[in-house]
Amino acid sequence: MLVPPAALSPTSNFVQVAYIAAFSLFIFGIRQGTHPRTARRGNLIAAAGMAIAIAITLSLDLIHNWGLIVLGIAIGAAVGAIASQRVQMTQMPQMVALYNGVGGGAAALISWAEFRHHLDAGGPIPLDVMIFTLFSLVVGSVSFWGSNIAFAKLQELISGRPIRFPGQHVFNGALLAAILAGCVVLSADHASGPSQALFIAVLVGAAVLGNLFVLPIGGADMPVVISLLNAFTGLAAASAGFVLDNVALIVAGTLVGSSGTILTIEMSRAMNRSIGNLLFAGFGAGPAGGAAAAEERPVTSISAQDAAIKLGYADSVVFVPGYGMAVAQAQHAVKELADELERKGVRVAYAIHPVAGRMPGHMNVLLAEADVPYEQLKEMDEINPELPQTDVAVVIGANDVTNPAAKNDPSSPISGMPIIEVNEAKEVIVIKRSLNPGFAGIDNELFYQPNTSMLFADAKQAAADIAAEVEKL
Amino acid sequence: MPLITEITIFVLAAFVGFEVISKVPTTLHTPLMSQTNAIHGIVMLGGLIVIGVAGGTLDKVIGVIAIAFGTINIVGGFMVTDRMLGMFRRKPRPAPSGDGTGSTGPSEG
Repeated sequence: MLVPPAALSPTSNFVQVAYIAAFSLFIFGIRQGTHPRTARRGNLIAAAGMAIAIAITLSLDLIHNWGLIVLGIAIGAAVGAIASQRVQMTQMPQMVALYNGVGGGAAALISWAEFRHHLDAGGPIPLDVMIFTLFSLVVGSVSFWGSNIAFAKLQELISGRPIRFPGQHVFNGALLAAILAGCVVLSADHASGPSQALFIAVLVGAAVLGNLFVLPIGGADMPVVISLLNAFTGLAAASAGFVLDNVALIVAGTLVGSSGTILTIEMSRAMNRSIGNLLFAGFGAGPAGGAAAAEERPVTSISAQDAAIKLGYADSVVFVPGYGMAVAQAQHAVKELADELERKGVRVAYAIHPVAGRMPGHMNVLLAEADVPYEQLKEMDEINPELPQTDVAVVIGANDVTNPAAKNDPSSPISGMPIIEVNEAKEVIVIKRSLNPGFAGIDNELFYQPNTSMLFADAKQAAADIAAEVEKL
Repeated sequence: MPLITEITIFVLAAFVGFEVISKVPTTLHTPLMSQTNAIHGIVMLGGLIVIGVAGGTLDKVIGVIAIAFGTINIVGGFMVTDRMLGMFRRKPRPAPSGDGTGSTGPSEG
């Protein structure tokens, strides 16, 4: 009785055309999203596509339980809107992880609901429907729990360091095998009434696997993990589209699946590690002993005042921001320091490592928030040849992406990772809270170089202090 | 829709996804990941459909949670992407306070 007057059949041409319009807008929106000038419009175009897809789905004749639908949408919209406005720019990576996770969770729950519906209906479940349901269930559940762990690590609710136990790979492998075996049994029983208990066991198994899969991965590798899980959720959504015969879900989910895969590959390439190595090797378990011994080595420390003198009288200064800048919310202070230096005639640039921070482009977003002009943001390949002519390189809360061991020490766990070659600059100032090694848990040779000075302070405070001193010069 | 048609659509969409995303500047990686993240929130449509046939309480609870999760994914994802991209808006440059030698311009070094 609550069905709107013009309820449509899901198979009607009108509905299909609306879905085609929706996914066309998605493709167009993503395309626009790859150019800085059109990116924002692209996002709005994709959102318009989503609005069309939801509106047309709500007008289908199979939509019932309006009260519950409104309830679900109201809760989701309120949580999503408030969270997205409250979150600070520095917390963007964990926010994306969280949104990604709930998408995966939705896919898993929809699979379960659809499975229960088939059981209630009593008839045999077609084999293809069963397989796609299970895929969506397992991948969605892994994505949900994996994303939650990624969120917890980035939000520092749990340690960002790799958490491992003996035999973890064997256990994970066995768990995955058990999940697949459960799926095979359920698929084999598709006609004769598969067991819901086994179905739930598979759901729980996938949840455990999602947790265990992300726990051993270090915080520095989280960008790649989030990107991979983004692709996973996309595929889970596409699979749900197969279950529900919904072309919008299939196309949109697959688009995200393949684009997320590309992004994952690009990122692991930037770190010069294979995806398998990233996911299964765990990071920084080995050299802990070496790091402890190395802390005894002498470093040169420097005051804000001396740093200001070095910077104020330099011709060119390159800032190398990292996660520490994000944590300290130092981007505005750094921009003010840069302004102060420019007033003194110093040429300023920012060197952005592809995986600096916890997301690709993380530093770009933060610096853009602080109104740093585009043309000062230099990518790694662009800035490295300029560094030998740079007077002072200022490393702000970055560590592993500047570690010369990646080039010089074949035994280093990060060996081969391209770095910002700040060690080539005439002088280096490293702003860091302490000598603790980075997320990768590796000691940084850079700190002990004769031309490196360490400024032990919070990045925001240090930048503000130096700026004040530069002003006095 | 026949399964084989759906698989055809799946394969073509995968290729479109690969093509569309190629050659993205690093700057846009985070917003783009966030935008594609919002797009997979479309799985929420599945929640709208399954709740229509929900009989028991458990089915209804599962359906409401699925819709809420999917909506968070969509609304949060698009809004957060918009916020990020809003920061890339070209702001009018403040009038040069000093001699305006263009120290912010691309270096010739």
